[in-house]
Amino acid sequence: MMRWISKRSAPGVVATYAALLIICAIAIVPFLWMISTSLKSDEHVSDYPPQWIPIPTVLSNYKTAIRTSGVDFPLWYRNTLIIASLSVIGTTISSAIAAYGFAKIRFRGRGLLFGLMLATMMIPFPTIMIPQFNIFEWLGTHTGTRWIGTFRPLWFPWWFGSAFNIFLLRQFFLTIPDELSEAARIDGCTEWGIFWRIIVPLSRSALIVVALFTFMFVWRDFLAPRVYLQHPAQYTLTLGLQAFQAQNGNTPWNLLMAASVMVIAPLIVLFFLAQKTFIEGIATTGLKG
Amino acid sequence: MARSNPEARNFLKGIAFLSPWLIGFLVFMLLPIGLSLYYSLCDYSILKPPVWCGVDNYRLLFHDSLFWQVMRNTFYYAGLSLPLGLVATLGAALLLNRRVPGQSIFRTIIFLPSLVPFVASALVWMWIYNQKLGLLNAVIRIFYVPLNALLRLLHLHQHSPIQPPWIVDANWIIPALVLMSIWGMGNQVVIYLAGLQDVPRELYEAADLDGANAFHRMWHVTLPMISPVIFFNLVTTMIWVLQVYDVPFIMSAGTGGPNHASYLMTMYLYDNGFFYLKMGYASAIAWIQLMIILAMTGLAFWTSRNWVHYQGK
Repeated sequence: MMRWISKRSAPGVVATYAALLIICAIAIVPFLWMISTSLKSDEHVSDYPPQWIPIPTVLSNYKTAIRTSGVDFPLWYRNTLIIASLSVIGTTISSAIAAYGFAKIRFRGRGLLFGLMLATMMIPFPTIMIPQFNIFEWLGTHTGTRWIGTFRPLWFPWWFGSAFNIFLLRQFFLTIPDELSEAARIDGCTEWGIFWRIIVPLSRSALIVVALFTFMFVWRDFLAPRVYLQHPAQYTLTLGLQAFQAQNGNTPWNLLMAASVMVIAPLIVLFFLAQKTFIEGIATTGLKG
Repeated sequence: MARSNPEARNFLKGIAFLSPWLIGFLVFMLLPIGLSLYYSLCDYSILKPPVWCGVDNYRLLFHDSLFWQVMRNTFYYAGLSLPLGLVATLGAALLLNRRVPGQSIFRTIIFLPSLVPFVASALVWMWIYNQKLGLLNAVIRIFYVPLNALLRLLHLHQHSPIQPPWIVDANWIIPALVLMSIWGMGNQVVIYLAGLQDVPRELYEAADLDGANAFHRMWHVTLPMISPVIFFNLVTTMIWVLQVYDVPFIMSAGTGGPNHASYLMTMYLYDNGFFYLKMGYASAIAWIQLMIILAMTGLAFWTSRNWVHYQGK
């Protein structure tokens, strides 16, 4: 590798840098522009040509955007957090249990079921959303609990594992040597005991990846909340942001950008807190696929 | 307890551990898929129980000019963003794979857009695409002269070359959606990078000894070695671009406009099902979408035998 690098010419390095700077500028400029706009006063939002430094800097845009009539970001944060947390807890536990079955127990039909599970990853949510809606409605009329118009249809299915998460965890469990579980089995440990006391503690990093990905997915989701939530008091952040846009007819841009920053910022913070885990997790999904 | 046959015991244990997924699969996946097919063959509005009507919904769809427009839009969008996205992200990954100072910062920056919820990124890009005040047209103005020549070549010069209307014009909105979607493909870059890091260095050294130039190294070493990763990105991105919903919804304020130019399959499906309450009709669209996705994925797997090379792992 080093030999190959040292052979490269100085103009080559300069060209690489120039290209990297251009693509990174394209990646980052929308963020900077969003933040800059979010701090502009109403008069200066439509300055043309565009000004990067917001003078005066209007931090109160955020206060205005958080709560205006029909807009309640604190409540939408709370709703999103509730749905995301319940989904994360449910899918991490249930996916780990199923992944153990796929990784550590040899039985007839396992390969077939695993193939079936992989195939379900191709099924788009739009295919199943109408019948799923009807199933939850049926549950509502036949069990006496409300489902439609509550958070339940959004987190409940996560408690039955998700194919992607099961796959990720199964790949990780396969890397744990079987000698460990064999030794425990000889000591009289039950299958559940092996799973819970040996495999789970050794798989913390993979479990965190699953939890992170699911949290991000639910936070970003728009279509499923749109199907199941009708009342603004139940909106998630993405639904709320869309309602804010629709209510104001795309203006004022400074407030819309402030609201967007509030929806995005927690994800960016979370990413920087767990950057390494994150990148390794994504890389794994591609390589072992 | 009598010691039972170990194979049967393992089977029961295995099924017990799989049961959370198995139940979920049956109730929230297989049953809805079956119901969806059944609804698609029924006259069904949520208010009345479904009534069998054979292939009527499909026949109606066949004569529904809006449906054909939606299909054209979807394939136009998918046909642009899939190849452009695959090539652009591969190009970015190749650049980011070069060992230069600051590499990890560049990698982080490229990844950031893929974290943003589509609703938020759609809003930000609507502002960037704004015809009169938007950032993009301000940048374009700087590069006006060379760009104008390019637009003339593409026969787009009649559409006010200094300030393309982007999302408010039927001819521009799909390219605008494609451009934005590529911006958000940092995931694919990370997956490509992981593949590139797994290419054994000896192969490059061997190629150098054979007098290979940069093109040879790319064509005969890098691309074949990362072909499994290209395949993975191809299949996952393809499935995704055929079901996009959020961004065209936000950018067209839910209308699929202007002139239905950004009306994509999932939007049409949603509107028929939950807005017009034509659940049977919507389910027929859902099944057509499913069949297209399965067929395209099948095609990708079938051709992969000729171009995807797995290392002897």
